[in-house]
Amino acid sequence: MHLILFIVFAGFCLAGAINLLLQSHPITSALSLIVVMVSLAVLYLLLGAEFLAAAQVIVYAGAIMVLFTFVVMLLNAGREERTMGSRAARSVGFPAVVAILAVIATVILKAQGLGAARLSDGLTDVNGQTNLDLLSTVLFTKLLLPFEVTSVLILIAILGAVALASHEGSMEQGSGIRDQGSAVALVRHGDGDGERRADQ
Amino acid sequence: MTILQFILWSVLKVAVVTVVMLMGVAYTVLLERKLVGRIQNRWGPTRVGPFGLLQPLVDGAKSFLKEDIIPTGVYRPLYLIAPIIALGCALISIGVVPFGEPVSIAGSPHLFQISDVNIGLLVILGVTSIGVYGIALAGWSSNNKYSLLGALRSSAQLVSYELALGLSLVGVVLRTGSLNLREIVEHQATHGILTWNIFGGMQFFAFFIYLTAAYAETNRSPFDLPEAESELTGGYHTEYSSMKFAMFFMAEYANMITVGCVATLMFLGGWTSFFGDLIPPPQNLFIHACLPIFWFVLKVFCFLFLYVWVRGTLPRFRYDQLMNFGWRWLLPLAMLNIVATSLWLAFRPIH
Repeated sequence: MHLILFIVFAGFCLAGAINLLLQSHPITSALSLIVVMVSLAVLYLLLGAEFLAAAQVIVYAGAIMVLFTFVVMLLNAGREERTMGSRAARSVGFPAVVAILAVIATVILKAQGLGAARLSDGLTDVNGQTNLDLLSTVLFTKLLLPFEVTSVLILIAILGAVALASHEGSMEQGSGIRDQGSAVALVRHGDGDGERRADQ
Repeated sequence: MTILQFILWSVLKVAVVTVVMLMGVAYTVLLERKLVGRIQNRWGPTRVGPFGLLQPLVDGAKSFLKEDIIPTGVYRPLYLIAPIIALGCALISIGVVPFGEPVSIAGSPHLFQISDVNIGLLVILGVTSIGVYGIALAGWSSNNKYSLLGALRSSAQLVSYELALGLSLVGVVLRTGSLNLREIVEHQATHGILTWNIFGGMQFFAFFIYLTAAYAETNRSPFDLPEAESELTGGYHTEYSSMKFAMFFMAEYANMITVGCVATLMFLGGWTSFFGDLIPPPQNLFIHACLPIFWFVLKVFCFLFLYVWVRGTLPRFRYDQLMNFGWRWLLPLAMLNIVATSLWLAFRPIH
């Protein structure tokens, strides 16, 4: 049962990834990425990491990809043009890809026990505890420092984004007001002229 | 229990829940039309059947029989799949909701819950967050500027309010120490209304935040900007007709029911009665099994009533007000609630 589900969803995942590269329309590519992410979530679930699966769906498929599609829709991006790629990309890129895949494959083949190991082995049923209990215990005791450092990192990123956005915003706003002001002045000028002409 | 039995039971439960859910959707529409009618001092539907009770069935037949128009400019694959995503996600999330006490007959699994998942709450949140794509893709693929505006508004609104929605539920999860919906309800069961999370659990603010964010999540008034008729003609479903339009319509009401179920489970004690264990459970097995369902349905009904009441009363927010309210009020309030609940749990006198 697990094997069948694994094959089906791994297939979905690969098909989505290939479709992502082949599609020329940004929206379809984004949707393929969602398929990849949801299938990955199912694979996590099969490995017994249900919290990770739920987080994957909620955070990646539900929030980040919504923003992706949002931006694509907002920019109303058209179809991409197809090129055959530069000569450098063809002559260096393909061998490089083959080399990387070969390295990964050798590592996986060397580590024979990898296929048998499951994420859930370390994480479930010590004494009826759920995955979530154990995960949070590990996260807030053994891995506390990396966890907190990561959250601080994300906080810095948020602050950076806010700083960048507000800086540009204030500049645009300022110029906008100035433009508006001059426009209003022009209109008043025009009105005044009109009145004067009417007077005359 | 063999795997065949398991599959048969699951199919049976799914079929029953789907039929009940769709009937619920149909009659929620009628409830809304009747109630809004009364609020506006008119009768609402009265002609079809006694008190207009057959109106939903006739409406359903009408949407089936209407001409199904696909405009020429649309991006067909996404245009066709969008209503399916919307309705599918709306119906899937009900699968983890426990409707009654765990009862089993002759070796069956729990009768009143399709599947008892130990991350039930996260499943509901996840499926709901996927449901955004139904609306977003509908708006984009329709090739219509009003639809696109509706879709953009909707995705921004849903992403913003999802945060407040999720954070408002954290307090309850902290109190229970579990994401399993059945355990969350059982945790509230002991003293009836006094131990419900909304009163005994001091989660009143969380309930208010959840309520507000849920209205925004389901695109309901006063946050129904994605389909604001006066600005966007019809919003994201402007170009849809016949059954495809009806699917969006049904998805909206199914989401309302799901949100009502989650509110009932998280804050209002789920299927437990107002009196908790203070009155002894009835001896008759049938009543013992069905009384919890009655309480559950009653609570969800009250929630839906409130939904319609709000719709009949409050005017629509402006878009900037919507965003300000979500980010500047609801989100900090939800975080404060988490901090307060954590402090209370850490320093409370008794354990």
